[in-house]
Amino acid sequence: MSKSKLSEIPGQVRRAPENFLPADFVADVSANGMSEERRGFLRKSFLGAISAGLATGVGANAMAQAGPDDPAIIEKQIWQTTLGQPVAVKPYGEPSIYEKYLQRRQSPGLTAVDAASVAFAPLQGFFGIITPNGLHFERHHQGWYDIDPNKHRLMINGMVKKELVFTMDDLLRLPRTSKFYFIECGANTGMEWGNVAVPTVQYTHGMLSCCEFTGVPLSLLLEMAGADLKKGKYILAEGNDGSGMTRTIPMDIALDDVMVAFGMNGEMLRPENGYPLRLVVPGVQGVSWVKWLRRIEVGDKPYAAKDEAVHYIDLMPDGLHRQYTTIQEVKSVITTPSGGQQLLNTGFYAISGLAWSGRGKIERVDVSVDGGKNWSQARLETPVMDKCLTRFSIDWVWDGKPAILQSRAVDSTGHVQPAIRQLREVRGTRSIYHNNAIQSWKVDTNGEVSNVQVG
Amino acid sequence: MFKLAKLVGSFALAGLAGVALAQDAKTYEGIGRLATPNEVIAWDIDVRPDFVGLPKGSGSVDDGMGIWDAQCASCHGSFGESNEVFTPIVGGTTLEDQETGRVASLTDPNQPQRSTLMKVPTVSTLWDYIHRAMPWTNPRTLSADDTYAVLAYILYLGEIVPEDFVLSNETIAQVQDRMPNRNGMTLEHGMWERNAKPDVNGSTCMTNCVETVTITSSLPDYARNAHGNIAEQNRTFGPYRGSDSTKPPLSSLPGADYQPVAMTAVVVSDAGSGAIDPKALFAKNNCAACHAAHTKMVGPSIADVAAKYKDQPDALPMLEAKVKNGAVGTWGQIPMPPHPQVSNEDIAVMVKWMVSGS
Repeated sequence: MSKSKLSEIPGQVRRAPENFLPADFVADVSANGMSEERRGFLRKSFLGAISAGLATGVGANAMAQAGPDDPAIIEKQIWQTTLGQPVAVKPYGEPSIYEKYLQRRQSPGLTAVDAASVAFAPLQGFFGIITPNGLHFERHHQGWYDIDPNKHRLMINGMVKKELVFTMDDLLRLPRTSKFYFIECGANTGMEWGNVAVPTVQYTHGMLSCCEFTGVPLSLLLEMAGADLKKGKYILAEGNDGSGMTRTIPMDIALDDVMVAFGMNGEMLRPENGYPLRLVVPGVQGVSWVKWLRRIEVGDKPYAAKDEAVHYIDLMPDGLHRQYTTIQEVKSVITTPSGGQQLLNTGFYAISGLAWSGRGKIERVDVSVDGGKNWSQARLETPVMDKCLTRFSIDWVWDGKPAILQSRAVDSTGHVQPAIRQLREVRGTRSIYHNNAIQSWKVDTNGEVSNVQVG
Repeated sequence: MFKLAKLVGSFALAGLAGVALAQDAKTYEGIGRLATPNEVIAWDIDVRPDFVGLPKGSGSVDDGMGIWDAQCASCHGSFGESNEVFTPIVGGTTLEDQETGRVASLTDPNQPQRSTLMKVPTVSTLWDYIHRAMPWTNPRTLSADDTYAVLAYILYLGEIVPEDFVLSNETIAQVQDRMPNRNGMTLEHGMWERNAKPDVNGSTCMTNCVETVTITSSLPDYARNAHGNIAEQNRTFGPYRGSDSTKPPLSSLPGADYQPVAMTAVVVSDAGSGAIDPKALFAKNNCAACHAAHTKMVGPSIADVAAKYKDQPDALPMLEAKVKNGAVGTWGQIPMPPHPQVSNEDIAVMVKWMVSGS
C-alpha cells in the first residue's frame, strides 16, 4: 500500500483507513443484501471514519491545482482487487444502490388515501427526455392491479357496425407503431396557483413523464369495428380498475394519433401505468390516457363522467368552471439547478430543463437568470419531437450573487409560456388545473436553491 | 376518412419484399371477434347527461339512508359533509342556486371547500359514478335500485329533493332541472379542440423586460422540511446536491470547505435494505385503503389500534387471526374482510408494526 504521509499534513485531504470495510462484509452484502445487523455495522464504521477526519473525495479547493494524492486513485479499491458478481444475479436489473434517493414520492397531506393519490417523478435527477419505467409518475383513482393479460379484454361498442372484442393476443398481432410522447397530469403544478406550496421540482412538476409508447393506432380498431364517423363525434374510453375510469375524447383527436398501447420504453407497460393496455392520447392530460383500458364506446355526445364534471374542471373567477379542458399547453421548467438543491461553489453550471407542448413541437426556449429582466436562447437537444419532452440547456457561470432562474418555452403554433401573473389575470388562482406558468428558482448566496414566485 | 395512409406507408418496404400489403380491414380478418349481447350489457354501464344508458329502477330517500349509513358514511360522513377522507359531497349550495342553476358561493374566494354538489352540473354523472365505482373498497356492488336510493339520499342531504322523494328513471329528469350548478359549466376555452386559440399568451421580450423583480411568494420556514429531507431526494454526488432541510439554511456557500464524505456517508449506510419493511407490506397488501395513520376511515386508524393493544402483548396472535380470517364488531359493524392470500409471516410483521403505532 501507499506509504504517503497525507495524514500528517494538517488541513489536507487524508486517505481512508485501509480496508475499513472488510472484503468479506462487502461480498456478503453484495450477495445477500443489507440487513439491520449489517447496516448497524456500516453506521459504526462510518462514524469512526468521519470522526477520524477522513475524506474519501477531493474537496472543491483542490480543483484548480493538483492537490495531494487522491486516495481514490492511490489506494487499491475493493472493486479492483476482488472478484465481482456473476451475470444474472439480478435477472431483472436495478439501479445502483447509490441512486436510491431518486424515487417516486408523495406530497404529504395532498390526499388522505394512498389508493387515490399521486406519486411524483424525481425530475431533478433525470437526464435527456426519457422517464425510466420505474420512476414514471403514478396517479390512481381507486388503486392499481397487476391484471392477468390472458384475462384482459378490449371491447369496442356504441355507434359501430360491429361491436368487437379483442384479446391481448389479437392486439399484439395487429400493425403497431412506436412513438415518443410526454404525459402530464392536468393538475401538475396545481398546488402553486395561489402561492408557493412545495419545495422541489419533483412536487411542482413531477406529474410529468415521457416514454416511447408502442401500440395499435386506435383509428385501425375503429375502422375494423366500422365506426360511424358521421354521427360519432366522440369516444368514451373506460378502464378495467375499480374506478372504471372514463373519459371522453373528441373523434378528431381519436383518429389522429391516439394509440392503444401495451409497450413502454421497450417492455410491456408497468402495472402502475396500466398493464397490459392503456390509451395514449398525445398532448392531452394524463387522466384521458385511460389505464387498464377495457372499452372504447363511439357516441354522438360527451359523457360528463365524474372526472369531467366534478374533477378536472377549471374554476374561473366568475364562478364558471371550464369543462373538458384537456390539452396541455406549452410549458417548461428548469430541473437543474432547481428548488431544494444546494450549489457547493461558484463557477460553471449547465442549466438544464424540460420543455413540452400538447399542441406540437417546442420551437425555442429562453432562459433568464435575473428573474425575467433579460433572456437568452437555450440550446435544444435533438431530436425535437411532436408532443414530446424536449431537453434544453444553457451555460452559466455563477458569480455567487443572488439569482432567479426561469425558463420560457415557445411551441410550433407560436404559443408562448406565460408568467403566473398573466395566467392569474385571466384564470384567477383557484382553477387547480392547467398551470403552465413560468417557474422561478431563487439561488441564494449560500448556494441553496428555492421555489419562489415573482411579480 | 380513417387515416390508414400513414399506417400503410410504413409497410411499403415489407410489400416489396413479397409480404402481403395491408390495405383494408379485411386483411385483419380473424383478429378480434364479435361481442355477444350479454358481454356488451355487462360492460356498457355508462350513463350520459341525456340519460342514455340509465337502467330502469327506483330508490327512496329512506332506503338510501340505510345504505349510506352502512356503506358510505365511514368515508363521507353521516351527512356527506366529511372532509376527512375525500372532499365533501354536500354543502355550499342554496335553494336560490337551484333556481338559477349557478352556485353563488363559487364566486366567493373565501369559500373553503368546493363540494361535489357545488360543482357537478349533471345528475347523470353522480348516478354513473356511484354505480360504477362505489363503495370505495367494493366497487360495482350496488344494484341499480341501490344506486337510485343512495343518490336520492345525497340529493335530500343537499336539499334538492324532499324527504319522501323516490328517485327513478322516470323522476331523474326533474332533478336535473334543480341541480344547483347545472348552468355552471363553459366550453368557451382553448383546451378542448386541438386547433383552438389559447387564452393566455406569454411575452417574447428578450431584454429589459421588467423594471424591478419582486418576490411575491416563497416557501415559509415552517414548511422547509414538510416534504422530508431534500438531501435524501437528490444524488449525493455531482453539482446539484439536495439541501439538508432538517437544518436551517447554511450560513454561507460551502465552497472550499465542504465535506463530501459527510454527504455520501448517508447513502451508503442506508442503502439496499434487505429487511422486511412493514410499511411497504402494509401498502402492498392495500391495508392503507381502510386504515390510515391517524384518521378513522373504513377501519380504525393505526393510532387507535396501537392505543387499544399496545400494552397487551398476548393480543398479537388474536389480531393476526382477525387479519387472516376476517372479523367484525370491535370497531363497528363494517367487517374486516379475510386475507387468506397474505402469508402468516407478513401478517405478523404488519400486526406488530400496527400495534407499535409506528
